[in-house]
Amino acid sequence: MVTETMTTEQEGQRAPSAVIRVTRRVGQVRELGLLVVLLLIFVGVAVPEPRFVAVNNLRDILLSVAIIAIVVVGETLVVLTRNVDLSVSAIIGLVAFVSGDLFKQHPGISIAVVIAIGCAIGLGLGLLNGLLVSYGGVPAIVVTLGTLYIYRGLDYAIAGGKQINAFDVPDRFLNLASDTVLGIPLLIILAAVIAAIFALLLRYTRLGRQVYAIGSNPEAARLAGIQRNRLVLLTFVISGLLSGFAGILWAARFATVDANAATGLELLVVASVVVGGVSILGGSGTILGAMLGAILLATIQDALNILNISPFWLQAFYGAAILLAVMLDTLIMRRLQRSYLTRRL
Amino acid sequence: MDVTHAPTHPLIELRDITKHFGGAQALREVHLTLYPHEVHALVGENGAGKSTLVKILAGVHTPDAGTMLVDSTPVVLHAPNQAQRLGISVIHQHPTLFPDLDVAENVFMGRHPLGPLGQVDWKRMYSSVDALLATLGVQFTARTPLRSLSVADQQLVEIAKALNVRARVLVMDEPTASLSSREVTELFSIVRRLREQNVAILFVSHRLEEIFELADRITIFRDGGFVFSAPTAELTPDAVIRYMVGREMATLFPKQATTLGAAVLSVKHLSRAGKFRDISFEVHQGEILGLAGLVGAGRTEVAQALFGIDRPDNGEIQLGGEPVQIDSPAKAMQLGLAYVPEDRLTQGLILEFPIRSNITSPIWQKISRWFGLLDFARERSIAQDFFQRLSIRAQGINQRTQSLSGGNQQKVVLAKWLTTKPKLLMLDEPTRGVDIGAKAEVHRIVSDLAAEGLAIILISSELPEVLGMADRILVMHEGRITAEFDRAAATQENVMTAATGQVTHGN
Repeated sequence: MVTETMTTEQEGQRAPSAVIRVTRRVGQVRELGLLVVLLLIFVGVAVPEPRFVAVNNLRDILLSVAIIAIVVVGETLVVLTRNVDLSVSAIIGLVAFVSGDLFKQHPGISIAVVIAIGCAIGLGLGLLNGLLVSYGGVPAIVVTLGTLYIYRGLDYAIAGGKQINAFDVPDRFLNLASDTVLGIPLLIILAAVIAAIFALLLRYTRLGRQVYAIGSNPEAARLAGIQRNRLVLLTFVISGLLSGFAGILWAARFATVDANAATGLELLVVASVVVGGVSILGGSGTILGAMLGAILLATIQDALNILNISPFWLQAFYGAAILLAVMLDTLIMRRLQRSYLTRRL
Repeated sequence: MDVTHAPTHPLIELRDITKHFGGAQALREVHLTLYPHEVHALVGENGAGKSTLVKILAGVHTPDAGTMLVDSTPVVLHAPNQAQRLGISVIHQHPTLFPDLDVAENVFMGRHPLGPLGQVDWKRMYSSVDALLATLGVQFTARTPLRSLSVADQQLVEIAKALNVRARVLVMDEPTASLSSREVTELFSIVRRLREQNVAILFVSHRLEEIFELADRITIFRDGGFVFSAPTAELTPDAVIRYMVGREMATLFPKQATTLGAAVLSVKHLSRAGKFRDISFEVHQGEILGLAGLVGAGRTEVAQALFGIDRPDNGEIQLGGEPVQIDSPAKAMQLGLAYVPEDRLTQGLILEFPIRSNITSPIWQKISRWFGLLDFARERSIAQDFFQRLSIRAQGINQRTQSLSGGNQQKVVLAKWLTTKPKLLMLDEPTRGVDIGAKAEVHRIVSDLAAEGLAIILISSELPEVLGMADRILVMHEGRITAEFDRAAATQENVMTAATGQVTHGN
């Protein structure tokens, strides 16, 4: 970054102001900003309530965000292409119930088979979303709002009024959610590994870069010979697959699952993505940012809890975080545009 | 060195290419041959079919009929990447780039260099783009975010893209439209260098000076048809202009003679940075003032400044002899100005509404009673009145405007503005996309309005329309008025000459 700044100053007749130089790295600013906000919350809450920053509590925060984080990864891919997937919560709920039910109906079934079936269901439902959006030409918000209800309806139809309880599923399965490796919960490791894999894929594969391209300028992407439909389909399939996997982990973590599992979670997922600096208009943002967004929202929830503030305030705080994030983006974009205009004149 | 550069085999040959869009014919059996080591200019008025031809070469449109030969082999292009694979690079009129990504990725999108693991090799990408940019002598680096670049710099990124794939054919659609003269000079030296590397270059432009400076061969299109093609040495600017113009004028409705009244609007030294400079003129009661010029000459921008959409930086506007400040369209309407925009579908009409509501929309305030409730009886009578006066062809005033033909939609827009009882009416391309019959009717209506004492500014890119309708013609070129003609003195040739910037008189 140091060399970058130097070349910019050498070549420009006028060195760009500090503000411009900073805003040129919009993405990094966003991630840095999120870290600063997180830090402020930690310091602010830790002063009256030191237990907020205890290792146990920090682990609980990460644990509470781990399953959502896996879904956020898929959602980020979708949003980068200028689409949105609202059906994720219904996929989680459906897969969570089906995987629990499999253990109930077929005692002794192997965990690997259940995981495979759960992922396959997620993949199939994501494929349906993707086909309707890319080849059907229906806006993603409409398609996935529709499938949100359809998938949830399917969940109700299969579950009826039944409930899966902890004694229906083998302990080996429940251990998925409670095992630790070197003291770190397996769930957190899984989420971190999945996030890292997709962050690398986005950064270091041609397909990953093309995801940004189609979100940034669909027409230019078409002229560059990028097959938009296939790529959009792929992101929905991945989003469905990760939601399915998250559904299995949901069943393992909560053990008690009925047809309402994960209801309403889709908005928390989209909120994490937006707060994390992924442009809802597509083309910019990172997995790392979205992860920080998810962690920030979970931290706010935990802080309210520990400060004994009524959870009714939670929604308001989430709303404020989203508005702030979007306003910050708009502000940065406007700055950037203006810096270009003043350089022109 | 080979002095004659005698063309060997053509790289690309287009034969009898025809293309329709809906009912409109965009290209009619045109042909064009591109040789290596040659800059070939394609010129023509607005609507001559240049951009359609570019899109066919780019693989964006597939022709309805005709043959395209690349290296003497017939090809049919269905997608842009097919054209790219054949070595055809196209720089579109408006840059087609990714604002969220940096310069290097814009240059390499879809073809990122890969490392040993198949991963995107960012280091190699940045260094090779920086090397490429160094040969272009630009002011930005491979890591600069595209969003922070000017349009001119973005144009250079497009060129870097073409250079990066070692294009054999480079098609440039109006590449100089948004460049300053220094930037144009740089662009030309790059183009010449590419010619030395045996690239075939198709240069689409309507700036004749540039064409005569750069091109080896010139092809002229008119109204979607091929007109003429010859080496530049055998042509003069005057000859090219003669080939560009020369449309039929018979079907048009000429303006009736009127006696001019007092000056309604007077504009003095109006300027807006980057759009237009030092614009001065007057319009009188009963006069139609034609504003001629090519697309992008700044005519629409002047009208929008007069209507309060954009603020001029400098200059004075007088209405009826009084200096006025027009800072919003509402103010402009209040002062008796009306502006019928070029794009009537997005700017002039609410398509879902019936004719009746569209006509009365500017005066809803005036025809509403207590609590802002509309007086429907008055709305109907006003709408019915204009419906008949402009002979709008529809089932009645309750028909939705969506289902009307282009000509009748245009009449509804006209009616809408006439309800405000304007003193000055500005029409921006009023007959674009309107069939011949409706065109003549719109002309008759405009002529009648002038006869009733309305002052009219008519912006049109169609020369016969301006010549037939206007009492006086101002010609704009690159934001300035380059000529003024009386009705009797104006010809297609002298107006086009001024519109392409070949002469500067007037003021």
